[in-house]
Amino acid sequence: MASLTLKINNKNYTIDADPKMPLLWAIRDLAGLTGTKYGCGIGQCGACTIHLEGTPVRSCSIPVTAAANKNITTIEGLSPDNSHPVQQAWILEQVPQCGYCQSGQIMAATALLKKMPTPGDKDIDVAMQGHICRCGTYPRIRKAIKTASLLMAQKSSSK
Amino acid sequence: METTSKNISRRNFIKLSGITGAALTLGFHLPSQGRDAIFINPSAAGSTNTELNAWISIDISGKVTITNHRAEMGQGSFQAVPQIIAEELEVDLNKVDIVFAVGNSKKYGSQVTGGSSTVRGSYKNLLRLGASAREMLIEAAAKKWNVNQSLCYAENGQVIHKPTGKKLGYGELVEAASKLDPPKNVLLKDPKDYKVLRKPLPRQDNPQKVNGKAIFGLDFKLPGMMYAVVERNPRFVGTVKSVDDSETKKVPGVRHVIKVNRDTFNNMFEGVAVVADNLWAAMQGRKVLRVVWDDTAFPHHSTEQLYDKMRETAKGDIISYRTKGNFASAFDKAEKKLEAFYETPYESHSCMEPLNCTAHVTDDQCEIWGPIQAPDWIQGNLSAHLKLPIEKVTVNMTFLGGGFGRKAFTDYPYEAAMISKEIKAPVQVLWTREDDMSIGPFRPGMVYHCKAGLNGGKIGSFETKMAGQNMGTQEPGADKKGYNDSVTEGLLEPYFNSFPHYSFGDAPLDSPIPVIWWRSVYASTNSFAYESFIDELAIEAGKDPLEFRKQHLWEERYQQLIGKLEEVSGWKSRKKNEGFGVAITECFSSVVGEVVKVSKDANGKVKIDKVWVAMDCGWYVNPDIIKAQVEGSIVMALGAATKHATHFKDGLAVEKNFNTYAMPRINEIPEIEVHIMENEEKAGGVGEPGLPPFTPALTNAIFDLTGKRIRVLPFNLADV
Ligand code: FES
Ligand code: FES
Repeated sequence: MASLTLKINNKNYTIDADPKMPLLWAIRDLAGLTGTKYGCGIGQCGACTIHLEGTPVRSCSIPVTAAANKNITTIEGLSPDNSHPVQQAWILEQVPQCGYCQSGQIMAATALLKKMPTPGDKDIDVAMQGHICRCGTYPRIRKAIKTASLLMAQKSSSK
Repeated sequence: METTSKNISRRNFIKLSGITGAALTLGFHLPSQGRDAIFINPSAAGSTNTELNAWISIDISGKVTITNHRAEMGQGSFQAVPQIIAEELEVDLNKVDIVFAVGNSKKYGSQVTGGSSTVRGSYKNLLRLGASAREMLIEAAAKKWNVNQSLCYAENGQVIHKPTGKKLGYGELVEAASKLDPPKNVLLKDPKDYKVLRKPLPRQDNPQKVNGKAIFGLDFKLPGMMYAVVERNPRFVGTVKSVDDSETKKVPGVRHVIKVNRDTFNNMFEGVAVVADNLWAAMQGRKVLRVVWDDTAFPHHSTEQLYDKMRETAKGDIISYRTKGNFASAFDKAEKKLEAFYETPYESHSCMEPLNCTAHVTDDQCEIWGPIQAPDWIQGNLSAHLKLPIEKVTVNMTFLGGGFGRKAFTDYPYEAAMISKEIKAPVQVLWTREDDMSIGPFRPGMVYHCKAGLNGGKIGSFETKMAGQNMGTQEPGADKKGYNDSVTEGLLEPYFNSFPHYSFGDAPLDSPIPVIWWRSVYASTNSFAYESFIDELAIEAGKDPLEFRKQHLWEERYQQLIGKLEEVSGWKSRKKNEGFGVAITECFSSVVGEVVKVSKDANGKVKIDKVWVAMDCGWYVNPDIIKAQVEGSIVMALGAATKHATHFKDGLAVEKNFNTYAMPRINEIPEIEVHIMENEEKAGGVGEPGLPPFTPALTNAIFDLTGKRIRVLPFNLADV
């Protein structure tokens, strides 16, 4: 057991964990933030995606110790009130069905749009290919990323 | 469309009095077996001890709470049920609170969320319920104002007196309304006057599904809750010979290692549960657990052996289900004859949220929380097994991260309850992805043997023999000689009129592999055989496949649908280098036609360009949810057709996670265009019927483009 600090959504969590415990379970079961999901545990589905220092990573595939004292953003940290353009686009395009994969999808899309504010279809394919949606919301995810890109452009031009 | 309720004399809407005094709560009683609601007088209800449901409740502040009695697994019941009630109740859906019901079939009727039944099974009752509450509120207002009730109407949570324009909010009326008798007869709106129904209103559950706040089964927590994972026999059948848990018990956080049973179709399967303070510790403990299984009585078969057997039985005698005329002699005399075999694989449901369940069992009660499709079945199952009165078993539904039929089964809550009972604490049981994918129940693999004769360019005789496991006969002692009435699931009803001679039946495969319904059930596999074979017959008859179908399906509803497909897909003006394929199927009272367009990419590989859908689900609620469900159904069908299958080797499932059970990804999805048919038909299902036509439409399109006929699934698109 190791005592360490996780900085999640600008808040410090001091936890006691097996150093080999994947970050996913530390976030869900020790920090109690359940928006990040378990889907496969082997880096295949993307449901567990979070941002580590701004980069999207599979939290099921890195040990908790690798994230200690680094900035972690989870779905809960995107906005307090669904005001993030990606969240808004997801609602506008009515993306979620069961919703289980969507935390991971949204975190991946957010990271893509940060790097590339107006992604084309190929860019979306590359960034989102690692994310499974068993409900098949893919056509709407593609639309929503483009909508989010527009919303972000509007936001920055109105500033 | 029926606008006035019939049989209303037998039905009295029930007012639940005495709940909070100042609230109007309305519901009705549905007998668990019956199809129609029975409406009983409240006083009679009291004396017969009938439990009444409560679908609508309005408090003095005017807040409306609507109970959703069905599971929400992505298909949209969370939206559909309230959207129906809100229409007749005249309230703004955004001002309505929606709560999940707990499992209670006495109260809600069947809550088993399967067979695409939520809307089609209850919409008429829901409409009447909303209208009845509205009429009582209007009556209360009219009495208060001392005016003629017919001069009052309701709108946006208020009753308005037309001549004077005075208004009273529902909240101000509930007390008086709750003392009135529900109306004997209510007039329902004409669909052309709908304000809420038929509108693509945004789903009420989506805001909480984009910020991590929606609570799925695995997100549910109880104080003092333990976590468990279970080592189950990977060969499905057999008992625990020995357990060595010495290493497991050394893992920090592990509290218990116990044997636990799982009830699968009344067969008790043994497993060993590792219970710990957190999930990770439980998983670590399980890794070092040593269990030796005795599974000598179980045939350690392979996929090849299973399919060899099915192919053999599909040639022989069948258990006859539906016949007309004399197939054998008609086929014998046919001008042209065709015979083909089609094969579909075993599949796992692989809901994005793996199976899990939270249970708290004490000496005198049991409470369950989880992603559950059939809360009332679980209540019944646990009440019997725990020997607790039914009202002492409470089953709560969380949001479901997918269901597809798997979460309508009772095994995983049963297992969780048994662990909680044994350790005397609340427990959450997680099935890892590997458990979820490899233990079953699975969609059964099937082999179809089709034969048909053509006379004068039309089908004169048609026969299908289906070989595969029967989902309905898995209980010990079940009658395995009875016919399987699902053999024709998916096949369009009018074919039974237009085929002069036919014979349908099955040759069941006896295997202990547990199998269960998978999104659109038998139609998901039957339709591949039927709609491929009909395509082959069209080609053999020298006819255009769409034209050929038109000649066999002369009822208006089907002609309309074919016309729509022809129009939107540009079927007749398709180009030389494009392959077009069509398939039309019918299940859960909806008829769906799909046209797939394929072409070759720069490397000469077949790619899917577009899918056009004509969805005829009759009376409907929300066009956007229908479109979403059809899109999702097509993606799921695409996976089962071209990406994944469950194979068996030495009696074990081979595919255990998404690295081997490959899923369709965003870059592989064609454009999908959905058209909803407008007609007067009764409501049909929405969550499943879009799935069956896709695969045969795809393989028919591939034939059109390449001349290559695909009869075995799954196939690799890159290898075509
Ligand atoms: S749970 Fe991490 S990628 Fe699937
Ligand atoms: S919305 Fe259900 S898995 Fe993506």
